[in-house]
Amino acid sequence: MGKQATRITVNGKPHARVVEARLTLADFLRHELGLTGTHLGCEHGVCGACTVLVDGRSARSCLMFAVQANGCEVTTVEGLTPDGGLSELQQAFMDNHGLQCGFCTPGMLITLTELLRDNAEPSEQDVREALTGNLCRCTGYAGIVAAALDAARRRRGGAGA
Amino acid sequence: MGAKHVGARVARLEDPALLAGRGRFVDDVKLLGLLHACFIRSPHAHALIRGIDREPALALPGVDAVLAADDLPEPMRHAPMPMLLPNPAIAAVRTQTVLARDEVCYVGQPVAVVIADTRYIAEDAAAAVNVDYEVLAAVGDCRAAIADGAPRAHNDLASNVAARFPLAYGDVDAAFAEAAHVFDETIWQHRGGGMALETRGVLASHDPVCDLLTVWSGTQTPHLGRGMLADLLGRNVESIRMIAPDVGGGFGPKAIFYPEEAAIPAAALQLGRPVKWIEDRREHFLTATQERDQYWQLAIAVDSNGRILGLRGRMLHDSGAFMPWGIILPYIAAATVPGPYVVPAYRLETIVALTNKVPTTPVRGAGRPQAVFAMERLLDRVARELQLDRAEVRRRNFIKPEQMPYAVGLLFRDGKPLVYDSGDYPQGQEAALKLAGYETFHERQRAARDQGRLIGIGLGNYVEGTGLGPFEGVTVRVLPNGKVAVATGATNQGQGTRTTLAQIVAEQVGCRLDDIVMTVGDTAAIAQGIGAFASRQAVNAGNSALQAGGQVRKLVIALAARALGVAENEIELEDGRAIAATGNRPTVGFGELARLAQGVPGVSLPPGQTAGLEATAYYAPAQAAYCSGTHVAEVEVDYMTGGVKILNYSVAHDSGRVINPLIVDGQVQGGVAHGIGNALLEWMQYDANAQPLTTTFADYLLPMATDVPTCAIAHVETVNPLNPLGVKGAGEGGAIPAPAAIIAAIEDALSPFGVHFAETPLTPERIVAALRAAGAYEKLAVA
Repeated sequence: MGKQATRITVNGKPHARVVEARLTLADFLRHELGLTGTHLGCEHGVCGACTVLVDGRSARSCLMFAVQANGCEVTTVEGLTPDGGLSELQQAFMDNHGLQCGFCTPGMLITLTELLRDNAEPSEQDVREALTGNLCRCTGYAGIVAAALDAARRRRGGAGA
Repeated sequence: MGAKHVGARVARLEDPALLAGRGRFVDDVKLLGLLHACFIRSPHAHALIRGIDREPALALPGVDAVLAADDLPEPMRHAPMPMLLPNPAIAAVRTQTVLARDEVCYVGQPVAVVIADTRYIAEDAAAAVNVDYEVLAAVGDCRAAIADGAPRAHNDLASNVAARFPLAYGDVDAAFAEAAHVFDETIWQHRGGGMALETRGVLASHDPVCDLLTVWSGTQTPHLGRGMLADLLGRNVESIRMIAPDVGGGFGPKAIFYPEEAAIPAAALQLGRPVKWIEDRREHFLTATQERDQYWQLAIAVDSNGRILGLRGRMLHDSGAFMPWGIILPYIAAATVPGPYVVPAYRLETIVALTNKVPTTPVRGAGRPQAVFAMERLLDRVARELQLDRAEVRRRNFIKPEQMPYAVGLLFRDGKPLVYDSGDYPQGQEAALKLAGYETFHERQRAARDQGRLIGIGLGNYVEGTGLGPFEGVTVRVLPNGKVAVATGATNQGQGTRTTLAQIVAEQVGCRLDDIVMTVGDTAAIAQGIGAFASRQAVNAGNSALQAGGQVRKLVIALAARALGVAENEIELEDGRAIAATGNRPTVGFGELARLAQGVPGVSLPPGQTAGLEATAYYAPAQAAYCSGTHVAEVEVDYMTGGVKILNYSVAHDSGRVINPLIVDGQVQGGVAHGIGNALLEWMQYDANAQPLTTTFADYLLPMATDVPTCAIAHVETVNPLNPLGVKGAGEGGAIPAPAAIIAAIEDALSPFGVHFAETPLTPERIVAALRAAGAYEKLAVA
């Protein structure tokens, strides 16, 4: 298999590796870098568990090869997590029971990070539509939607006060 | 007990690690020298294996082995996998061998396994293995399977009828003879999957120094799995440790012990290196067990007031190609039909058919959604024919609270008489109707119709047998650092098992939730265990936690009284300290007590003191618990596209005493989402040769965030008198009556056209087809 030199900055830290061209970005993150917070639920781009930010935009890391992210900045769930605690959004998930098994959660957090960055005051419908790219089999979404709205509220409160 | 922990809306202990991406699922476990597996699976629903050419695969660099059935150790090489629940009604006891020997009976059945240095190479090699098959006729539809001359699902069986059993009580024929009205329906619920977001996975590693085989598996039942693996390997259970680490959803299919859970450990033993297999989603569609395919012909006899006199009929259950859990699904379904209603006489003939499809075993609800759908469709029919309100028909037939405990007249699957311990079904229905604004719905419906919108409302009631035995266990041990270790055979796939049990133990022992060190899903942590299914863990493990925690409390108090020199009744336990309620309130911490309880080497313990502050309890319920509830769905149907939108969804739920309302609400809401999938979306399609057609999430649709409304939930807490905690179980109830309520609501929305439905999933094309057949579009054109 052909190998290529690849440089990817993940959660602010640069990595240079020589990888097979067919290695997916998800497997690169999980197995080359040991960032196992990014999960694979379907490997065909529907479930959204593997969602990461690539240069600030949400992307399916199962549908991308690592070499396609050459020169890119990638953010995973590990990169959303402050040292020794939880982010506002993560805390809102905990308070609103936005997770059960936790397998879809990293992808949910990435998708909502992008939404809340781009839309400080999302409606419930905005949140639900943003989440249509992420499947959750456990929660029935209620806690996730509530967490997103709660996090947006807390953030506005913090900024406006 | 106060409400400091038990009964409080406590945020979950599981959450911080999962939210930070620090969960540990099977695929997150990495060991030195790890090899990777890919299975070679039958592409045919039914075929004979003529030969396996593995040379092209073995020639690839990085391929370590290709193992077929004859390469497995005995007894695994020849022995069929165990049937967990044998039953004398089963005529053809069929379970598969770990790897197929001569015949394959469903698409995806494992035939061989490649072990390679990477998963990528393993997949290359699997594609290079040539298996020579002689394709046989297959049978995919259970109705066709029991017809004369049908292809046989197994070559050596004379018939595809695997079992046939009646369930009956009362004089049914007399009831029908005297009935004012008799109505019958033909009802179908289609199979779908559990579809946990995490697929299955197994990692096995053998330590030759200790001769310990450690198996990580994404399973609901590690103790059961360890036992079956020990049998298949001919090993002592003590030389196997099975760990269910974080598991990404279960929903039933992960309660089964699968061939891969035996083949991967066998490969690790043979190669002397750790081996991992992670199922991909297509494999999950092909090989993880499914459920629901049942065809019902059910008739109801009522008097002129709509009171039920009797029920009789026939049910045909699709078992798939094998029966790892025997006939419990059709049995549960048959026993669930009478539900919350007084049904004086009942007879159901059940036929279980083998087909060339992946086996069916419990998926959230386990036979109950089908039974409830059948019963509730019949009651809606009674209401329509007798021009009664649908809620009123149910009111007239409810078992009343004063009739509790209520003996239905059947045996449940636990072998005990089906006796409802407690419950208030009329109150539950009233609570749900109130949440749903049922009394004023006709005004909303009229207003909507004036705007050209079709909305409808539907309801469904159920009683669910939960909390099944035989037992579960909890060990509680105070540690020398003051923490409290808790270990259980109960498992966690998202139910919040850790939090729930921690609440109970903390309440009993008098410590903080943060001080509890919990081990779940690890056979090394507690000797005996069963696992998660049948909404059983709150009853079984919850009461074990109560008992073990209570015993440790007594030990702590006795020792603290001695240490502080006061009477036992003067000791209070709080936040991990024992406090004397006298004098200047001297205290002693749990850590110091734990050290005292270890004694001094060579010195006898004081009289009456036992070693350590530790207790294990295995709570074994005398019979099932029975939770209940009512769901009300309000929907809008787009008659041009057949699209259904759920506008409001209301639930009244009685799971007995609620330990953590946050978690119970989450279970209900999640169950409803599963039910919505079953009602409207999830269709596992097979072609005429039993070849699966829907093997991606693009073809098989799961509910999305825009499909599932946030439910309004009311708790009706009737305390279960049969266990000390008073709990009943909450895991599955949300999924059970949802199809009944939703299909009824769709039918109500479309009532101007007089279309009727008795099947799920009710997809847009089926709705449009029904409207077309009813001449709806001609009527609309005229209007």
